Amino acid sequence: MSDAFANTGNEGAGKALRIALAGNPNCGKTTVFNGYTGARQHVGNYPGVTVDRKEGEITVDGQQITLVDLPGTYSLTAYSMEEIVARRELSSNNVQAVIDVAEASALERNLLLTVQILEMGMPVVLGCNMMDEAAKGGITIDTAKLSSLLGIPVFPMTARSGEGLKEVLDAAVSIAKSGKKEPLRLSYGSDIDQALQQMETFIANEQLLSEKYHPYYVALKTMERDTDMIEELKSANSAAATSLQKIANDTMEHVKGTMGTNMESIITDHRYGFIRSLLGNGVLTQDPTKDRLAFTDSLDRILTNSFLGPVIMLAVLYFMYQLTIEIGAYPQGWVEDGLAWLGEWVGESMQEGHLKSLIVDGIINGVGGVLSFVPLIVIMFTLLSFLEDCGYMARMAYMMDRVFRVFGLHGASVMPYCVAGGIAGGCAIPGAMATRTLRSPKEKLATLLTLPFMTCGAKWPVFLLLATAFFGNENAPKIMFTMTAIGWIMALLVAKFLRSTVIKGEPTPFVMELPPYRFPTLFSVLLHCWERAWMYIKKAGTVLLAISVVLWAMMKFPELPADMSAQLEQKIEAAEEALKVLPENAPQERRDEAEEAVSDAQNALSEAELAYSFAGRLGKGIEPLLAPLGYDWRTDIALIAGVAAKEAVVGTLGTAWSLGEIEDAEDEEETKTLSDRLKSAPNWSKATAISLMLFVLLYSPCFVALIVIKQEAGGWKWLFFSIVFNTALAYIVAFAGYNICKMLWL
Amino acid sequence: MAQTINLRQLPVGKKGKIREVEAHGEMNRRIRDMGLIPGSQVSIVGKAPLRDPIAVRLSGVTISLRNQEADYITVEID
Repeated sequence: MSDAFANTGNEGAGKALRIALAGNPNCGKTTVFNGYTGARQHVGNYPGVTVDRKEGEITVDGQQITLVDLPGTYSLTAYSMEEIVARRELSSNNVQAVIDVAEASALERNLLLTVQILEMGMPVVLGCNMMDEAAKGGITIDTAKLSSLLGIPVFPMTARSGEGLKEVLDAAVSIAKSGKKEPLRLSYGSDIDQALQQMETFIANEQLLSEKYHPYYVALKTMERDTDMIEELKSANSAAATSLQKIANDTMEHVKGTMGTNMESIITDHRYGFIRSLLGNGVLTQDPTKDRLAFTDSLDRILTNSFLGPVIMLAVLYFMYQLTIEIGAYPQGWVEDGLAWLGEWVGESMQEGHLKSLIVDGIINGVGGVLSFVPLIVIMFTLLSFLEDCGYMARMAYMMDRVFRVFGLHGASVMPYCVAGGIAGGCAIPGAMATRTLRSPKEKLATLLTLPFMTCGAKWPVFLLLATAFFGNENAPKIMFTMTAIGWIMALLVAKFLRSTVIKGEPTPFVMELPPYRFPTLFSVLLHCWERAWMYIKKAGTVLLAISVVLWAMMKFPELPADMSAQLEQKIEAAEEALKVLPENAPQERRDEAEEAVSDAQNALSEAELAYSFAGRLGKGIEPLLAPLGYDWRTDIALIAGVAAKEAVVGTLGTAWSLGEIEDAEDEEETKTLSDRLKSAPNWSKATAISLMLFVLLYSPCFVALIVIKQEAGGWKWLFFSIVFNTALAYIVAFAGYNICKMLWL
Repeated sequence: MAQTINLRQLPVGKKGKIREVEAHGEMNRRIRDMGLIPGSQVSIVGKAPLRDPIAVRLSGVTISLRNQEADYITVEID
């Protein structure tokens, strides 16, 4: 009945073969994939979902092979994106064979996936990985016996040392060439077996989805009431789908009456029953005097201890920060210096004009904005993937879950929050990228949308400037700590709000493995962070480049009319002339005064140019809108520029107050004049400072962060949501803060 | 005499045998896919600092479950 299906497998022979790598999370599959492909792999995204798509090209005895790394899953249900992606990859003759990597020490649980792949009718080679670890734990596996019982090739392997990799791959190539197999048919009890047979015959006769799946698999999935499969059936042939569903429902009613449980439970329990009888057959023996988890258990007694656990976790997070910021400062400095040098070199070798300004101020600055984050991302992700691979990340989620669940989040939200600036000085960009480890879609989205409220490193200089200017050096740390705390409070409250409105829904089951502690391989850690860095450069680089050009144009055009600029330029010339005619022996004071007059005149021109530009007009245009928060048009321009990058807030404020460009926002000398100017400005007060800090803390994330949010949330609508919602929230909070402070300090 | 309790009530270190898993939909599937099915031998290896979630050991693996998820599972103890 399945002839048509069985024949399709041979098409691949001679041409490039596609072989999939399947397995549970934490089974060492990535090490196997790296072992086969080395660095010859490319990472992308499955269209529309944020699941990594990894492929690598290899050649075995002249045969071209594309190795497809499926997302790590425990099962093949329709409940998660990862599992649906894995199923799609295994259907439609996309791949000709599957290498199933199973963790030898947890064979029972790992075989559940194997059984389900065999039920699809896929040719499978089973590799029992980490045999060294299993042997240490007193576990012996008779792979020859397992092979004959399952009817598929089974090999012991230890991917770390490379043992068994070649045998598994050779076997996979040879079964890939021999075509599809008959699916594994387990007994689910006579009632279900009969119904399945009836459905299979029906599906085969109607040729339902025959180009994609084996009829038995379609029957089984329909019996399991798999929503994805039923949808597919309905769109293929809705009448046939109805009659199949009727058979499944009748069987379920019947079975429910006699066994009192539901179909999915019966099917999973039978699969496990089959696996247990398989392993009990002398395939697996465990030395009762040994326990492979003894070391993990004793480590867990310290690391997840009620008191020590949280303390150690805080220490780990703090250490991560110190390391990222201290080490990151060097390469970040090199990148910035390199770009500054490039800007200077281009500046000198080009003629004055718009093109030069575009290249230097627009493009090099814009690209620099993207590149200067790369060292930060690389270091952050090296540490993150280390923590994840060694098993500690799962423990953090385990310890923090009770707290985060209150706000509709997941224990694993802790890491993205901290990276984004939960400990002041982080960055929303790697934070947003770190949400990818969250397997619960709703919790992930809520984390992603609220992490920009944290105090990232670029908001810090704004707070520093305003806090020291208006509250003095002693009080500034208190103010800045309060801002960090407000960031946390807002993130958690907004998460709660989103989870009860826009992202409503039951929490995703937490059920999570706590993998044994292992030392990660250096290669996989490095490869992982390289992938992340490259993805970031590609995505952010292209979009940000365009945006920075637009922003440049907004602040440059239209140019000041000749009569207005002439007047200001005359003043500059006059001041320069005065400086030139100053006698050689003039006192230093007078020389300083004259120099200051020149820069004042130049700054007046910059201010006038900025005010006349689109950005300036926009700032003046929205002045009435933001006036209730206590801002004037200068602040408004700075805030607009801050959407490009929060670092630009202080710099633009400087230009708008005609102080010339502030190159280094953390340089006290340079910002001192700005803080003096702000303090003495008539429309600035402590309340204005608080209001602006709150607004900067909460309003729209910067462009690069927005792009990453769009990428991780999987849609433009979340990008616009972040801009509009966050800015509206910032407005409300800043307005409230401004008015409360005015009452307090008047 | 075997006694039936909720998995949540199983004290740390004590062993039990799963009698029933009464969850539905995705929750049911996630719990069962991990091997938490009737007949499995389980023990509690630890609890998070706030006594929730719990860490459950079964056939060589450790699974963490929230208390309310553990409530779907009943175990038999001696």
